[in-house]
Amino acid sequence: MNELLNVSASPHVRSKDTTKSIMRDVAIAMIPSSVFGIYNFGVNALLLILTCVATCVLSEYIYEKGMHRPITTGDYSAVVTGLILALNLPSSAPLWMAMLGSVFAIIVVKQLFGGLGQNFMNPALAARCFLMISFTGRMTDFAVTKATNFINGAMGIDGFSGATPLAVAKAGDSVDLLSMFIGGTAGTIGETSALCLLIGAAYLMVKKIISPKIPFIYIGTLLVFALIFGGYGFDINYLGAQLLGGGLIFGAFFMATDYVTSPITPMGQIIFAISLGLLTGIFRIFGGSAEGVSYAIIICNLLVPLMERVTIPVAFGWEGKRNGK
Amino acid sequence: MTVGTFKGGIHPFDGKNLSKDFTTKVVLPKGELVYPMAQHIGAPAKPIVSVGDKVLVGQKIGEAQGFVSANICCSVSGVVKAIEKRLTVSGSMVDCVVIENDNEYTPIDTLGKKRDYTKLTKEEIREGIKEAGIVGMGGAGFPTHIKLTPKDDNAIDYILVNGAECEPYLTSDYRMMLEEPEKIVGGLKVILQLFDHAKGLICIEDNKPEAIKRLKELVKNEERMEVTVLETKYPQGAERQLIYAATGRKINSSMLPSDAGCVVDNVDTVISIYMAICESTPLIRRIVTVTGDAIKSPQNFNVKTGTNYAELIDAAGGFTSQPEKIVSGGPMMGIALFNINIPVTKTSSALLCLTKDEVAEQEPTACIRCGRCVEACPSKVIPQKLLEYAEKFDDEGFQKLNGMECCECGSCTFVCPARRRLTQAFKQTRRSILSNRKK
Repeated sequence: MNELLNVSASPHVRSKDTTKSIMRDVAIAMIPSSVFGIYNFGVNALLLILTCVATCVLSEYIYEKGMHRPITTGDYSAVVTGLILALNLPSSAPLWMAMLGSVFAIIVVKQLFGGLGQNFMNPALAARCFLMISFTGRMTDFAVTKATNFINGAMGIDGFSGATPLAVAKAGDSVDLLSMFIGGTAGTIGETSALCLLIGAAYLMVKKIISPKIPFIYIGTLLVFALIFGGYGFDINYLGAQLLGGGLIFGAFFMATDYVTSPITPMGQIIFAISLGLLTGIFRIFGGSAEGVSYAIIICNLLVPLMERVTIPVAFGWEGKRNGK
Repeated sequence: MTVGTFKGGIHPFDGKNLSKDFTTKVVLPKGELVYPMAQHIGAPAKPIVSVGDKVLVGQKIGEAQGFVSANICCSVSGVVKAIEKRLTVSGSMVDCVVIENDNEYTPIDTLGKKRDYTKLTKEEIREGIKEAGIVGMGGAGFPTHIKLTPKDDNAIDYILVNGAECEPYLTSDYRMMLEEPEKIVGGLKVILQLFDHAKGLICIEDNKPEAIKRLKELVKNEERMEVTVLETKYPQGAERQLIYAATGRKINSSMLPSDAGCVVDNVDTVISIYMAICESTPLIRRIVTVTGDAIKSPQNFNVKTGTNYAELIDAAGGFTSQPEKIVSGGPMMGIALFNINIPVTKTSSALLCLTKDEVAEQEPTACIRCGRCVEACPSKVIPQKLLEYAEKFDDEGFQKLNGMECCECGSCTFVCPARRRLTQAFKQTRRSILSNRKK
């Protein structure tokens, strides 16, 4: 007992979860959607996913190296950003666009604002919106898919053209919900299969990485909004298209739940989720485009500091009393 | 069966299996005994013996000074060897009375004399508790006689015996509930004698079914007592959370338990009250859990206060391998020691010896705002935001965001995936705010 012992302030134990393990789990949760996307859309989807992930990790590394900051590429957060961005691209997108989007996400949205934890909006989504505005044509060029032909062929339905089911539903035509659920419709690489997304979401919820609070309230609000203002009343086909289409499930479970850009206060999370539902509904029903998830999420991202400020909870034992004094 | 609980909290690895099944062993001190005059909240006691004096077991050697203070009694017989500053658990040098043990254990005349508490007046009971130097043995060390003297005795509805023992690794309270449950019930009877309208609740977490069974049997014919079962969760034994879980009443940092009609005392404190009042024995012993993966045979010891910690490690068979960290208390709120050559005090609940200091290897990284700290916080504050203020030394913002409600339980730091040192920063900020308030 001659050596001095370690001394630090309590607590002296920590839970197992680390930033790295959490980010890794989020990446794992996107594997089903990625695999399905590659099966569905072919080798170009694979190339896009690889390009996005590699560019994100590389740009983070180069930036941090150049700025003499600690290298944080090991925490998987850049991988997650790359994956989300790739799954948000149409399979027909050229690789240079994927690279441009990735650099924008990591350098402009994430690193220039202070790196992990400091970005004011979801980097991948911001990049998607950036690409959407810059290259609208290419970003909405949805290919007819292998799975489309296979599933529809097996069920004896005429294949869709390149229009997304949500656009079809908005035009008043009926859509095939089963096909949307499995993923046999037009859309971006990762958004088409609700089934694969839900498998990933279930994984995240079981591992307690995300809480069902934000996605469920978000989706619920949107459905109620569509029921009231959609103009079709209680029409399963229309509401189903709203639920399964337009990346709602992807957005609700994987992007609206992004820790950094969603409120940390319990009440703030509820306000955030309801706002998402309302905005998405407004964009989808009253807006020019059929979709609105991405824009709703990044707009609400910007409102997070405000939402937090007005929802600081009352501390234990102060309920009904004057707080803070 | 309803199980009381609160919102928030965590479930750390509890490590209680290491020591919970071994009967408590009495350990007699081998070397000199050291009695710090400050081992409670409040003013340090003043030594009332001089070097060379002969002292007996149970003799008062430190006199309480001022309102919030406590007496210190000697746990052995022998000669006062020195009165000097020695290292204590807090890491600082404190005035101590050092006694050379004569190994005779000659008691003072009154020691162990049986007394019938029902024949004592309330004043006599309170005086007896004060004389015995009893303080909260759960860790805080607040003088018990003050706790038991609220403004209005009749406003007290509940006496809560805190047997939650939510700190991981600790099993001393558990062993006492199994081995000396009669004394717990006896001590509670003494306390209930002080408060005519109060009901005694013995609060135990549901991971201690044996203890629950034993105490339920003992109180089944006691009209004014009940066993309250609580969910196993840290920090269930924290005063505010315990009161809420057991009674549904809430207090905040500006209130005392008595404001909610409650008095909370730890299991070992209640036993000490029994021994002080019914057996005329002051607080001179303590149950200490010696445990951790670096200890050969983890177990609980019945130790005389003033015994050197190093002797306890020997009594537990020594180390299996060199520990990297030794903690006085549990892993959540205990104090890390750089040197174990310090004495057991009234509040020493455990000696936890870890071969690996997992905290040392984990550097803080950027906050990802995951909100785990918010979920874990039993005080319902936003630790993530508090840390931003604490790091900027913005005391005002810290207080505005309810920083003073933090109970320093460490739950937020435990769950933080970015390994940020939240509790550590809060402790520092709270100390500085409190000391500025005093100015």
